[in-house]
Amino acid sequence: MAPVIEVEQLTKSFREIKAVDALSFSVMPGEVYGFLGQNGAGKSTTIRMLLTLVKPDAGTIRILGMDLQRHRRDILRQTGAIIERPDLYKYLTGLENLRIFATLSGVRPGTGRLMEQLDAVGLADRAHSKVKTYSQGMKQRLGIATALVHDPQLVILDEPVNGLDPQGIADIRRLILQLSREQQKTVLVSSHLLHEIELIADSMLIMHKGKKLVEGKVSELFDPAEQVITLTTACPEKDMAVLKESSLAPLVQGKRGEAILLRMHRNEMPGLLRELGNLDISLLSFSASHSLEDYFLSLTSAMPHVEATAD
Amino acid sequence: MWKLLQIELFKIFKRPRTYIAFGAIAAIIILIQAALWYDGKSYVDLLFSNLKESFDLGDEFKSNLLNGYLICFVILNTLLIQMPLLIALVSGDAIAGEANMGTLRLSLVRPVSRTEYILIKFLASFIYTLALLVWMALLALAGSILLFGVNDMVVLRSAGIEQIPAADVLWRYAAAFGYAAMALTTVSALAFLLSVFAENAIGPIIATMSVVVVFTILSEMNIPVYDNTVKPYLFTTHMVAWKGFFYIQANDDGTVIKGSIENLPAILRSLFILVVYTIVFLGAATVVFKKKDVLS
Repeated sequence: MAPVIEVEQLTKSFREIKAVDALSFSVMPGEVYGFLGQNGAGKSTTIRMLLTLVKPDAGTIRILGMDLQRHRRDILRQTGAIIERPDLYKYLTGLENLRIFATLSGVRPGTGRLMEQLDAVGLADRAHSKVKTYSQGMKQRLGIATALVHDPQLVILDEPVNGLDPQGIADIRRLILQLSREQQKTVLVSSHLLHEIELIADSMLIMHKGKKLVEGKVSELFDPAEQVITLTTACPEKDMAVLKESSLAPLVQGKRGEAILLRMHRNEMPGLLRELGNLDISLLSFSASHSLEDYFLSLTSAMPHVEATAD
Repeated sequence: MWKLLQIELFKIFKRPRTYIAFGAIAAIIILIQAALWYDGKSYVDLLFSNLKESFDLGDEFKSNLLNGYLICFVILNTLLIQMPLLIALVSGDAIAGEANMGTLRLSLVRPVSRTEYILIKFLASFIYTLALLVWMALLALAGSILLFGVNDMVVLRSAGIEQIPAADVLWRYAAAFGYAAMALTTVSALAFLLSVFAENAIGPIIATMSVVVVFTILSEMNIPVYDNTVKPYLFTTHMVAWKGFFYIQANDDGTVIKGSIENLPAILRSLFILVVYTIVFLGAATVVFKKKDVLS
């Protein structure tokens, strides 16, 4: 199966700042592909290059088997996108906005079809209200409706949950999964919200300072059985020293603030609890978590609040 | 292309800001017409005060002067100086306003080429300019004719006055409005070019007005060194050439030649310069826009 997106050695600089540095990746048909990185990692610049908003300095982009430079129009006809906050024409209604973007996309659906599309994002009852009266979540949903109005094969969503409340985030998440699972669309979604990517993505790419750190299947890159244990104790310095002298020493990762961090497989948990009971430490609280965030932070080394253990 | 033009026009005419210009034009014209309706005689006295010593303008002649044609000329003379601001309000907003709203990036990820996009936007601005002129013609010419009637039109010139027969006036207005459309399109193209560089409409609007004001001052100033070096190349010098349609040729005995224009080649030369300016502004806007990284 040929990739939907193939990027080779993509590079872009803004004056002396290298925003994207020799980036290569590929997205397979029907998958939700997570694009992860901190703010300024180069995600948006990459997405803008995929959508021809920004011209690359070097590299090639092939989408749906076609070269982006030569087949821009054909590719964009089959691509739907929102880039960051989808600001729309605030003085027009939701329906009018949708009609405008449908026309720009080369399709002319009737009012009935447009209303169905608004209904799909939960905006049918506000179709005739001006966008300036919409909440941020409603604008976001309308933005997604404009991206899908021409029934594209590839959907690119740049930070689609920015500024949304938990319910709004859950709605967008459900919509993305529906696009992929039920409509077999390929979805590239970028976010700095790691948990969101963890919940929806089949594959992911982590970017840092314009470069690819890692790319692959989420299930292969990140083992949900891996646990991060956070211990809060009354005397962190002394208790850290005690832990390092114990059989738990290989598990100790460092400190985050006053908390001590350990990493282990879920199966090792019973042994940990027994061992902690035997040690002379004044445990105040104990929590276990597994998240992409820990994996991400360990990759990007962006943990200024975590002190590395001195072996 | 027609569908894209339709949505551009839809966006322009759905925007409350668009109607500021129509309202402003109506207000100025109605105020001028009301003032002249109320006390036109004083205005005519003032207008021809310099000629009183040379000519004896009888009361009947003066009352005939104040007709719809002259009043429309007065209005055009006043308004065509202000019109660039009203044009810049929409043209300066064309690209920069979309960038500011965040809709430029949403529009440019659609299967529309950037050249097509910018040309359609310019065409929409041109249609808006025409709509403003038609509105102005309707109020200034048709309104003044309805209110004040028609008669021979007297044009005040430095050498004296010339009288155009009433039957010879209407086509001159048609030509003058056509010329004004070209002049304002040049301003529109300038605002458009500046709009491509900005991500906020205020900048291009102010910049366009600044260029027009500076160039107009240079065009109007009587500094000999500029007369042949700078003035002929400023588009503002040629924007006022529409008045040439009201300068009529006369025979040796002083009788006017109906249907004539005193210096048609000069008008055509000015028109050509405006066309060149428009093409250069629009061409530059297209080239810059095609290469521009959209980061808004």
